[in-house]
Amino acid sequence: MKIKALSRPAASVQAPGSNVAHTTRNLDPNLHPFERAREYTRALNATKIERMMAQPFLSSFEPGHVDGVYSFAKDPKSLEHFASGSGDGIVKVWDLPSREELWQSQAHENIVKGMCWTRDKKLITCGSDRTIKLFNPYTTPTKSPPTSTWLGQHAFTSVSHHRSLPSFAAASSNISVYDVSRASGTPVQKLNWPSAIDTINAVSFNQTETSILASCATDRAVILYDLRTNSPLHRNVLTFALNSISWNPMEAFNFAVASEDHNVYIFDMRNMKRALNVLKGHVAAVLSLEFSPTGEELVTGSYDRTIRIWERAKGHSRDIYHTKRMQRVFSVAWTPDSNYVLSGSDDGNVRLWRSKASSRQGIKSYALRQKLQYDEALIQRYKHMPEIRRIARHRHLPKQVKKAGEIKNEELKSIKRKEENERRHTKKGKFRRKAEREKMMLAREQ
Amino acid sequence: MASNTANKPQKDRRKSNNAISDTEAQALVQHAQSAKKTYGRGAPVRTKSVKDRKLRANLKSLEAKYKNATLQAKNAEILLDNTAGLLEPENALEKTYKVRQDEIRRDVGIETAKKGFELRLNELGPYDVCEYTRNGRDLLIGGRKGHVAVIDWRDGKLGCELQLGETVRDAKWLHNNQSFAVAQKKCVYIYARDGVEIHQLKKHPEATHLEFLPYHFLLASVSTAGMLRYTDTSTGQMIAEQPTRLGPPTALCQNPHNAVLHIGHQRGIVTLWSPNTSTPLVKVLTNQGPIRALSVDRAGRYMVSTGQDRRMAIWDIRMFKELHQHHLRQPGSTISISDRNLTAVGWGTQVSIFNSDIFTCSPDDVVKVPPPYMAWGGEGQTISRVRFCPFEDALGISHNQGFSSIIVPGSGEPNPDALEPGTNPFETSKQRRETEIHAILEKLQPDMISLDPNFIGNLDVASEEQRKREKDLDAKPEDKIANLKKKGRGRNSALRRHLRKSGQKNVIDEEKVRVREAMRSMDKREIERVSKLKKDYGPALERFARKGL
Repeated sequence: MKIKALSRPAASVQAPGSNVAHTTRNLDPNLHPFERAREYTRALNATKIERMMAQPFLSSFEPGHVDGVYSFAKDPKSLEHFASGSGDGIVKVWDLPSREELWQSQAHENIVKGMCWTRDKKLITCGSDRTIKLFNPYTTPTKSPPTSTWLGQHAFTSVSHHRSLPSFAAASSNISVYDVSRASGTPVQKLNWPSAIDTINAVSFNQTETSILASCATDRAVILYDLRTNSPLHRNVLTFALNSISWNPMEAFNFAVASEDHNVYIFDMRNMKRALNVLKGHVAAVLSLEFSPTGEELVTGSYDRTIRIWERAKGHSRDIYHTKRMQRVFSVAWTPDSNYVLSGSDDGNVRLWRSKASSRQGIKSYALRQKLQYDEALIQRYKHMPEIRRIARHRHLPKQVKKAGEIKNEELKSIKRKEENERRHTKKGKFRRKAEREKMMLAREQ
Repeated sequence: MASNTANKPQKDRRKSNNAISDTEAQALVQHAQSAKKTYGRGAPVRTKSVKDRKLRANLKSLEAKYKNATLQAKNAEILLDNTAGLLEPENALEKTYKVRQDEIRRDVGIETAKKGFELRLNELGPYDVCEYTRNGRDLLIGGRKGHVAVIDWRDGKLGCELQLGETVRDAKWLHNNQSFAVAQKKCVYIYARDGVEIHQLKKHPEATHLEFLPYHFLLASVSTAGMLRYTDTSTGQMIAEQPTRLGPPTALCQNPHNAVLHIGHQRGIVTLWSPNTSTPLVKVLTNQGPIRALSVDRAGRYMVSTGQDRRMAIWDIRMFKELHQHHLRQPGSTISISDRNLTAVGWGTQVSIFNSDIFTCSPDDVVKVPPPYMAWGGEGQTISRVRFCPFEDALGISHNQGFSSIIVPGSGEPNPDALEPGTNPFETSKQRRETEIHAILEKLQPDMISLDPNFIGNLDVASEEQRKREKDLDAKPEDKIANLKKKGRGRNSALRRHLRKSGQKNVIDEEKVRVREAMRSMDKREIERVSKLKKDYGPALERFARKGL
């Protein structure tokens, strides 16, 4: 008779004299019952912890502006500096790591409407006092005068610098392209749509396809221009005025515009028939937006006193940030490492937020990193479950925003009802439904 | 010519290469199949029929990941430390059931031989209870007259010894070796490892059987009145209280695969319970007399029940079909199924241990009753409970003269998983504390108990379709009557039934008019058909042309 019985001496698990126990593993599913239920429970816990750790607000920059902050500009050559311009004409340059003011100057008499950095680390500002000024914040002392000034016919609203050439575009009722090296010269190029007369609200150079320029205007038009042919390419008229425009840095043919109708529209420059995506959620006009450096996400600031963060391909916002004291958000920006978001609002403060509310940037142990990754995978796997979705989606909103959202919802429903009723009582096929992504298109010109 | 001769051997070589690669490929396929069998999680999603390209790509990569995971798990088998024990006859004359314990003890190592021992406890009456903790380290024994003891049985260290002076009906370890519940005369008490009474569960009066669900932290009891009660031991809350309505229960066990409780009744019925329904999930008639004992295997596939009718029935509880049943000479009073599917049955003064063949032998086999794998007893000790020790080749037997531990080679799972909460036999106290916290964090909710434990996380497809239908404004409204028209004819046709069931006869609306019309046209067609048949059959056979054929 062959006889063998299990013998598992304690020494096989922990050798004598050692203080490390041997962790035996057996992956047989029968030894691990209820794996689905337990995994789900873990996912639920992970979601709850993620919500518990969600503390998006980091700090505001001190001392803030006296008037509202209406423009931002990030230095493309530096990870740590950015400038903010305020309603009283003061421009401040900030240092991100220390959260301190580096430099400031009285740039304009009136609102600073637009700013951008040149490639040689100088700051161009434009204002409603019909001037564009060039400062050198890194080398000159605080409150020093501009190194050069350009005078225009109308109030300027926005400036954008070319990727490689020393030239920038400034928007008023048309777009003028100036040469940085020719101080106080006349514009090198002038671009406008022949029939457009209204103020252009924002202008932006494509940083990859460098001679393409996009603008959006109060007359509800998005216009694309080409510097090489010195002419506008394409004009889309939407239903509402547009406030801001931002190119996707990774997919250079996509850009997003912020509209007065509370939505953000993402367009493909190659096919302007319809929007690529419509981001809905704000309950007041969207005033500013920016694509993240990864091109995957967007941040928007709105007149409803909130900031929203969106995923490019999703229709609703991923997160919504607000504080009690933050007023209308006129400017937003991502930090170049895309870990943080900056916001400038009507109350004169520049605020710093985490782009992922529950993430922390400190050094993490290997175990913690693994745990976070595992939790993320779990949440991803069970995100469709009702309980998990409810917890993950829940946000505390200011009363006004919540109420406004409810009212807006009711209004939209009533419009829809009305349309459906009309459709029901008209001849079949005459009254066709429009896709949500085409609804806002009024006209297209080429 | 020369080129020809040069070519030939090359061809042959290629052929042989092919043969090698074929066998290799076959081996690989076999390997993958066996990996899928043990570690796979059900049938894969058929990605080819998915129309959405993005979804298809996602699903494909997921499926590839799952497949890879099963292969890796299979490959990780070489890291397992131990192999299972065995007892094998070397020739046809040797029978494993003739092997005595002293022979086994002589043949195994000293450390293993120590696992067979006996506790002579003559005075304190029949020992009805013996329970091992989930990691098999500690033993809880209880005598009917109130003697309860906790032993670290491998070291022979006594944890505590209680003289309760009250009837002890059942006792169970809770989630680890730090506390246990005892069903006493009036109610259930929870004691700490050192014998201090921690809780008195007054809401569990007159419990006869106890069961503990370790992943849900639920202590369940059935009382003489037939009430099934669940208490959450982590919060102390009563979860459910359900009358079984079948009189005093005779047996209780849990299905470790899905945490459903099996209760045996006087009428030979086994009912399956979850705390979420007030009626049993399933009722099974397994025996002809009162059920005496029940047990379910680790994977939740098979249930073994013994009854007063001296039958032992083996059921497949995935299909609820009896595999077979056989006769015991006395009613089996207790059953235990080990991790490696060895079944120990105590009947009268004997214990028989069957190997896993009783679950796999087909009903058409020549040998109806497989011979036992091992046998023990026959020395006048009435067996009251047998329990296999998890992760050891040992079987604990409590009887009227104390407790015996015997060695059963091949019964225990050789490779425990140290990271699975509660099942690490070499747990340090620090690890125990840590796993306790993790286990409580991962506590499963009572409403997750169902016959299929993997229903969690499934998509609610039906309500999604409903939502989609509501969203689709252009969809045509469903025509009920058109559907009814297709559903058969004759005296009890769907249309007729609809007319009959749709309420007031005197109300005539558009729908009813349509139904009547459809019926009339159907009748007309039928009559036409019959007349045509009559014509076909001719005058002699026309009486066979009937309606509704």
